Amino acid sequence: MIYLTRKAEFAASHYYHNPEFTPEENRRIFGKCNNPNGHGHNYTLEVTVKGEVDPRSGFVVDLKQLKEVMHHEVLDAMDHRFLNKEVPEFLYSIPTTENIAIAIWKRLAGKLDHARLHRVRVYETPDLFVDFYGED
Amino acid sequence: MKAHLSRRYLFSASHRLHSDTMSEAENQATYGKCNNPFGHGHNYTLEVTVSGKVDEQTGMVCNLVDLDGFVNREVLEPYDHENLNMLPEFAEQVPTTENLCMRIFEIVQRGFHFAHLERVRLEETMMNSFEYTGAHEPRH
Repeated sequence: MIYLTRKAEFAASHYYHNPEFTPEENRRIFGKCNNPNGHGHNYTLEVTVKGEVDPRSGFVVDLKQLKEVMHHEVLDAMDHRFLNKEVPEFLYSIPTTENIAIAIWKRLAGKLDHARLHRVRVYETPDLFVDFYGED
Repeated sequence: MKAHLSRRYLFSASHRLHSDTMSEAENQATYGKCNNPFGHGHNYTLEVTVSGKVDEQTGMVCNLVDLDGFVNREVLEPYDHENLNMLPEFAEQVPTTENLCMRIFEIVQRGFHFAHLERVRLEETMMNSFEYTGAHEPRH
């Protein structure tokens, strides 16, 4: 088994708000992130796939295909978007880094030939990141 | 759905690697420059990874305010801008980054209950880092 990781960057805005909470609860739980006008981040996405090295190509995955899938499924949908308003997953769930990682996993799962998805890592800032390994 | 969340923190401290159980020559041979009697300092980067179910109401593994508050109070305040050798926990133990990493893991595991502690990773410099995941083999 060998693991390959590809990185990509996207910039997006979001805010944290749960309509089931009172305004006071939203402010207390989400703090600055509750500002309804949103705020932005430069996200770094790391997608790790795993598999066996193809003896003929020497590849674990077709890098071109991986890049295209990441662009089509993630960057086209999320780059330079307001996640709460423009990405379907976040019309009804909060675009925390945790939920973004899960949404990206679901968008990528099953889209790759041969290699299997191992990990989706999303950096919100260089000092904060989330890993998702799929459902247990 | 379970996710892992990692947060990085910075602190600066000094230490000297020296074991009273070794002779002067053994200390020199084992620790080299790090055995300099006056000590030396590092900018440490601490990376704490916790895991848990993503709460459906908040979308979070745990609230960062809680994690930041705990790490600031229990790790950064005691260690930042300190000479590690002067602290009680390192009176009998050499403050290598391995031992410091394990010590921080114990502090977080014992006191932080809002999520499961997966790993503590401590970078001593850009070129070397240490990880401790507790007394079990890491899953990933």
